[in-house]
Amino acid sequence: MKLWRKPFDYAEKATTSGQVFIDEERCKGCGYCVEFCPREVLKMSTELSPKGYNLAVVQDESKCLACGFCEVICPEFAIRISTTNEK
Amino acid sequence: MIDAMNVEEPSIEKYLRQDRLPHIWCSGCGIGPVAGCFLRAIDREEIDPDRIAVVSGIGCTGRVAGYVKLDSFHTTHGRAIPFATGLILANPELNVVVFSGDGDLVAIGGNHLIHAARRNIDMTVICVNNFNYGMTGGQVGPTAPLEARTTTTPYGNFEFPFNLPYLVSASGASYVARWTVLHIRQLEKAIAEAMTKPGFSFIEVIAPCPVVYGRMNKEPKGLDSMYYYQEKSVIRNGADPKDADLELNGPIVVGKFVDVQRPTLWDHLREVSSRAQEKAKARAKV
Ligand code: SF4
Ligand code: SF4
Ligand code: SF4
Repeated sequence: MKLWRKPFDYAEKATTSGQVFIDEERCKGCGYCVEFCPREVLKMSTELSPKGYNLAVVQDESKCLACGFCEVICPEFAIRISTTNEK
Repeated sequence: MIDAMNVEEPSIEKYLRQDRLPHIWCSGCGIGPVAGCFLRAIDREEIDPDRIAVVSGIGCTGRVAGYVKLDSFHTTHGRAIPFATGLILANPELNVVVFSGDGDLVAIGGNHLIHAARRNIDMTVICVNNFNYGMTGGQVGPTAPLEARTTTTPYGNFEFPFNLPYLVSASGASYVARWTVLHIRQLEKAIAEAMTKPGFSFIEVIAPCPVVYGRMNKEPKGLDSMYYYQEKSVIRNGADPKDADLELNGPIVVGKFVDVQRPTLWDHLREVSSRAQEKAKARAKV
């Protein structure tokens, strides 16, 4: 995002960035996380999971806001968002 | 694979029987997110997990009891509420959560449901409503909207459905809400509220069943149902549940409908028994 002037509370209000971990054994390819991620971080792949479902995979992790929506909407408890490595 | 060094343990993972996962529910089934909401609600309200008992009946939703690492009870068909009532009367300290589907709670156990609401038993009932009996092959359920196709109503449902929030609020429930699986944040909050609220709390969750109900009703993927919820849901907190009827492809009124304070069954029971004891004591003195 381009900012013309830096807001005073920029550091405090800055969005956190997250890392997305998808458990390939649990994912059943329903696509909820891909569809409802506000930042289009994820996408469906043609790769198959051990159970034979299409997997959701990360396409651009740098956009992730760590909002956690994918984590809560996933019916398989397959997604984990980590913010541990954030600076 | 998850890099174990990097990831802190997800908050709900400690409440799941991880050895049983991946679970048996179909891809896109709405039960998983509801179960997740319930597990997160425990931490949200800092409820002691040792005080929680999960009671389920039979059916796809009944499986929840088997996946949670909490005290759980997988009971006979339709009888989740009677078992839960017994648990509460034996140990009123327990926070009992009944997790079941529409067929189990409302058809087979319909009588128990209205009486539990009438007596205002201190429990939380989470009813995952997917309009049919998913596990047994998609027979019509008591909440299936008119004209909905199921395996037993291939030309469209000709029975009038129950409006669940209206049914339980008319029976006397203290807390009544309805959300869809897509309203996941509100749902988590509602479950947290219901679990801490004394009295009978009822939450209806409209959930996709893509494999059986959805396939027969032009929503063959979970996502199709989710788009429908996104498009047609109307949030009306405090709405009269009477106006919350569901129609096939019609608007879905969601929100918190009822939140009132009423003495619970246990309060009344204690009051009456202490009064009786005092009377007996007075009589013994004479
Ligand atoms: S929501 Fe979960 S199960 Fe569905 S595609 Fe995403 S990771 Fe897979
Ligand atoms: S945490 Fe939010 S932004 Fe990041 S992948 Fe999930 S839904 Fe997208
Ligand atoms: S049959 Fe329907 S309710 Fe049962 S697990 Fe499959 S999608 Fe879910």
